Amino acid sequence: MPPLTFLQTSPQTPPVLAAETRHAVSIILNGKPRTGHAHPRLLLSDFLRHELGAHGTRVGCEHGVCGACTVRVDGVAVRACLTLAVQADGRSIDTVEGLVEANEGRMTALQEAFRRHHALQCGFCTAGILMSLTDYLGRNPKPTEEELRDMLSGHLCRCTGYAGIVRAVMDVTGQTVSEVSHV
Amino acid sequence: MKPASFDYLRPATVADALAALAAGGDDARVIAGGQSLMPMLNMRLVQPRLLIDLGRLEELRTLRADDGWLTVGAAVTQAEVLARPTLAREVPLLAAALPWVGHFQTRNRGTLCGSVAHADPSAETPLCLVATGGEVVLRSAKRRRTVAAADFFLGPLTTVKAADEIVECIRFPLARPGSGHAFREQSMRHGDFAITACAATVDDRTASLGVGGVADRPTLRSWPLVDGGLPPDLDDALNVFAWDLGGDDDQHATARYRRDLVRRIGRTVLEEALSCRR
Repeated sequence: MPPLTFLQTSPQTPPVLAAETRHAVSIILNGKPRTGHAHPRLLLSDFLRHELGAHGTRVGCEHGVCGACTVRVDGVAVRACLTLAVQADGRSIDTVEGLVEANEGRMTALQEAFRRHHALQCGFCTAGILMSLTDYLGRNPKPTEEELRDMLSGHLCRCTGYAGIVRAVMDVTGQTVSEVSHV
Repeated sequence: MKPASFDYLRPATVADALAALAAGGDDARVIAGGQSLMPMLNMRLVQPRLLIDLGRLEELRTLRADDGWLTVGAAVTQAEVLARPTLAREVPLLAAALPWVGHFQTRNRGTLCGSVAHADPSAETPLCLVATGGEVVLRSAKRRRTVAAADFFLGPLTTVKAADEIVECIRFPLARPGSGHAFREQSMRHGDFAITACAATVDDRTASLGVGGVADRPTLRSWPLVDGGLPPDLDDALNVFAWDLGGDDDQHATARYRRDLVRRIGRTVLEEALSCRR
């Protein structure tokens, strides 16, 4: 491959970020400006945990299936393991830590409902599910149980069987839950 | 699972992206939503030396319906298309199929053009593009060309797209009044790759069935309606189609099971499309 440093591009295009160099990446993490450094290949999930020390986001399958690493990028729930840190430069990233920080240090109604309904056991999947739900419930404030279960299909939880999670969301959205969901 | 090393470029214009792609050749890959490419990078199934990020290019955010086509640019996400209020009227088959694509969380980043460029034989968007008679617009630094979807896919992860080309946009023909559409698929879990996916379109003369996940590319077959209904020998016709697709046994399902899904889901979606004609 020819050296791309000689690549003719327009002045607006920033230079190529070299693979072997750590580049400054600035994000708004839960409302606060933060800057860390990342090789181009570093995943956003690892950038949050290892560079910025934001350990609330969990890393599971690292190919987009399990949902544990779900965060919000500019408000939208996405997989941090399928996003590069350099792609997130300049974006607002919301993680599970931000829920309490934005709620005067107390758990949000959704988190309280998770506790009440035993919607978590080991908790490994919970951060991702909460971040998906905060985006999803903003768009669809009263999902049916079927719609909710469809959305939850993007998260793997091996403890709860999802029944408690469904109950918690139905409760916090002011709905009753069918008996079927106890299976 | 972490990607191998690569250089990263976030071009400010499509022209810059294409110049970089031409310079990088086979060692360069473009990324937009990354929901197919990032897992392959993480598993090191692909190891490009240069990654060119199209995700923020406003020029590729076209999403419009005019002149009989719905045009979807390379940076438009599946979630954005699904949220389009007029989609069910414009391309009802796509409106029926997109909820089957991945999950809420991956549709927020994944693009339709990315899925088409990736060309997984079981993916929903390539199937819809073939089933509706859509087009792929390819662009390189030197030229732009339009390829019919039926000619674009060559096999698993293989298309006619050259190394220096990007999928600039894809175009779905707007649904004709009086046509009906239906989509269903079978997978191990919701959001997984389809073992078999079926897309049906029925108008006043013809019933068409597109099948994904069986042959090495999405495949379409049509039959004339008989007395305004599905052909009386549809079971035989579907059986012949199922065998002609030539599916293989793999870790997900046997070829025999796939043939059975073509026969059963094929009939279901064709009947559904017939009954929902407007």
